[in-house]
Amino acid sequence: MLTIKNLHAGINGNKILNGINLEVKAGEIHAIMGPNGSGKSTLSAVLAGRDIFEVTQGEISFNGKDIFEMSPEERSREGLFLSFQYPIEIPGVSMVNFMKTALNEHRKYKGLDPLSASDFLKLMRERKELVEIDSALTNRAVNEGFSGGEKKKNEIFQMAMLEPKLAILDETDSGLDIDALRIVANGVNKLKRPDNATIVITHYQRLLDYIIPDFVHILYNGKIVKTGGKELAMELEDKGYDWIKDEEDI
Amino acid sequence: MNPTAKISPREEFINLYLENLDLITENSAGALNTARQSALENFKLLGFPSTKSEKYKYMKVEAIFTNDFEKYFTPKCISFNVDDIFRCDIPSLDTYLALTLNGFYLNNPNLLSVFENGVIIGSLAEAAKKYPNVVAKYYNTLSENDEDGLVALNTAFSQDGAFIYIPKGIKVEKPIQIINLLMSDEQQMVQYRNLIIAEENSQANIAICDHTLSPAKFLSNVVTEVFTNRNANIDVVCMQNQHNDSTQFTHIFAKQERDSNFSTNTISLHGGTIRNNVNVLLNDEGCENHTYGLALVDRTQHVDMYSFIDHAKPNCTSNELYKAILDDEATGAFNGRILVRRDAQKTQAFQSNNNLLLTTDTRMYTKPQLEIYADDVKCSHGATVGQLDMDAKFYMQSRGISERESKLLLMFGFAHDVVGNIKIEVLRDRIDELVNKRLRGELSRCHNCPMNCC
Repeated sequence: MLTIKNLHAGINGNKILNGINLEVKAGEIHAIMGPNGSGKSTLSAVLAGRDIFEVTQGEISFNGKDIFEMSPEERSREGLFLSFQYPIEIPGVSMVNFMKTALNEHRKYKGLDPLSASDFLKLMRERKELVEIDSALTNRAVNEGFSGGEKKKNEIFQMAMLEPKLAILDETDSGLDIDALRIVANGVNKLKRPDNATIVITHYQRLLDYIIPDFVHILYNGKIVKTGGKELAMELEDKGYDWIKDEEDI
Repeated sequence: MNPTAKISPREEFINLYLENLDLITENSAGALNTARQSALENFKLLGFPSTKSEKYKYMKVEAIFTNDFEKYFTPKCISFNVDDIFRCDIPSLDTYLALTLNGFYLNNPNLLSVFENGVIIGSLAEAAKKYPNVVAKYYNTLSENDEDGLVALNTAFSQDGAFIYIPKGIKVEKPIQIINLLMSDEQQMVQYRNLIIAEENSQANIAICDHTLSPAKFLSNVVTEVFTNRNANIDVVCMQNQHNDSTQFTHIFAKQERDSNFSTNTISLHGGTIRNNVNVLLNDEGCENHTYGLALVDRTQHVDMYSFIDHAKPNCTSNELYKAILDDEATGAFNGRILVRRDAQKTQAFQSNNNLLLTTDTRMYTKPQLEIYADDVKCSHGATVGQLDMDAKFYMQSRGISERESKLLLMFGFAHDVVGNIKIEVLRDRIDELVNKRLRGELSRCHNCPMNCC
């Protein structure tokens, strides 16, 4: 589904990613862990198409298509979803209007007619229940005045609406209390299907108690330095990142 | 006098007045005629505002008035069927409807209607004849003829306009809508006058819509006086939708008495050059004022927004929000002044002006002003000039929304901050829709009145 080959990228001339290789197949959950500044968020931003990052080398193909040929909106319609570490507040734009516009763009891309207002509202109700998001949130402007937890739940709700093939969760656990964390993780698990895949980017092993990964990758200095099963996350929790740093820096 | 010497626009208008005084007076009445002469004297002294005046710094007013506009002092008979021009767009908005054509009230169906509840809606000239005492009590008592030459010019020339009277204790459920139409084969100048009186404990929602119906150049200079008496509640929404060859000066003067509530919301959708002045006097304690403005300008349009909120008495609240979106080479100015007088303790006054520039060729000049002479007040003012939020744009794109649509949604959200304050839901939704269309470039010169016009 997603193949990253030798990806180098940076911002304002500073190199951040130094040759990433990653292969994600349908049905898999990958966790990417790493210390602060290792390039985790840069990787997700490059995948989503944020233009402030410059890609200097490498290729990424998504569903067999060259991702660099696609605009951020095309990537989304093709089935890529990024759950933002810091979701953006958009005053004056209602959640309903925002979600309806997005969903209908996706439908248009698939050659489907726009949903009727009542079908849309019905779908929204269903998905809200699925991810246990408070009904009132969708009556407000996008993320405006939402608490940290509400913003993260709202990301998962949007994911439930758009049903992506590949979801990238960028530090979705940061700033969540244990209850919110469970709700978010449950949402992700409920949306899991054999034909979609998830990349979970996190600092901590905690989230991985709820979302069980098939692969754990450790990112350090813009490179994947270790790959293993879920036990690698436990080992990391035990030994800390210094263990990796020491190994690498020698 | 040397016949070849070019006379100034000021002299031209003075001569025009002297030559047509009989005609002007004949087609008007009472208080309107009484006020003329002294207003002309004021205009003689003041002339047109120049860019040297801080208030008109970004507009060359006199140059606009040198254009050769036709002026009519009798209502010109244009035969047209109102129903042919307007289509009922929102049947759910049931309004009391008043129409003016080129500054004269249209006899449609009456010049003056008195409703069962005592509400009077009609021609100002006719009201000055039928209710001379009421009109004389209020007319021209707020307009600052001795400070602004354009206001003096209006008082000297205006012959008619809309008159609205809400009696004591009456709450008008249906919105009152005044539609001002400009239609002419030649380029034309109009100066008319509106007078709105809300007696004690009354309540009304008023929508004023300005439209051009023919492509000729238009110049309008309009004064509206609004009296919100004790505990009255008046909400005025102004919709400006004129073509790019039109120039519009509007001056609103409002006075609020004890515990009254007055709001204006001016939505400038279209127009070549627009100047909107709002002057509010909080004349007694417990008043609440809301002044909102939204301007959407592009190409070489210019919009100038001026407001003056005078906190003359203690315990009043005012809240001001002006926003503008500028595209292409459009220019704009905001000049907002809040004055808190010495005795106006416990005043709460807030002012904010936010502007969105879509290109590097646009210019916005903003000047929020707060003048406080009392020591126990809560006031704030601020202005921002910025571009679209790129993070927000990317966020929307990452959900599959195209770049163009993302920008439109952001602009729409920015504008909705102002539109959202319109109290009548159907009107609010309708204006939201119009703003949306305007931002998409689907709304040009409007032949169908955007409101409910049948």
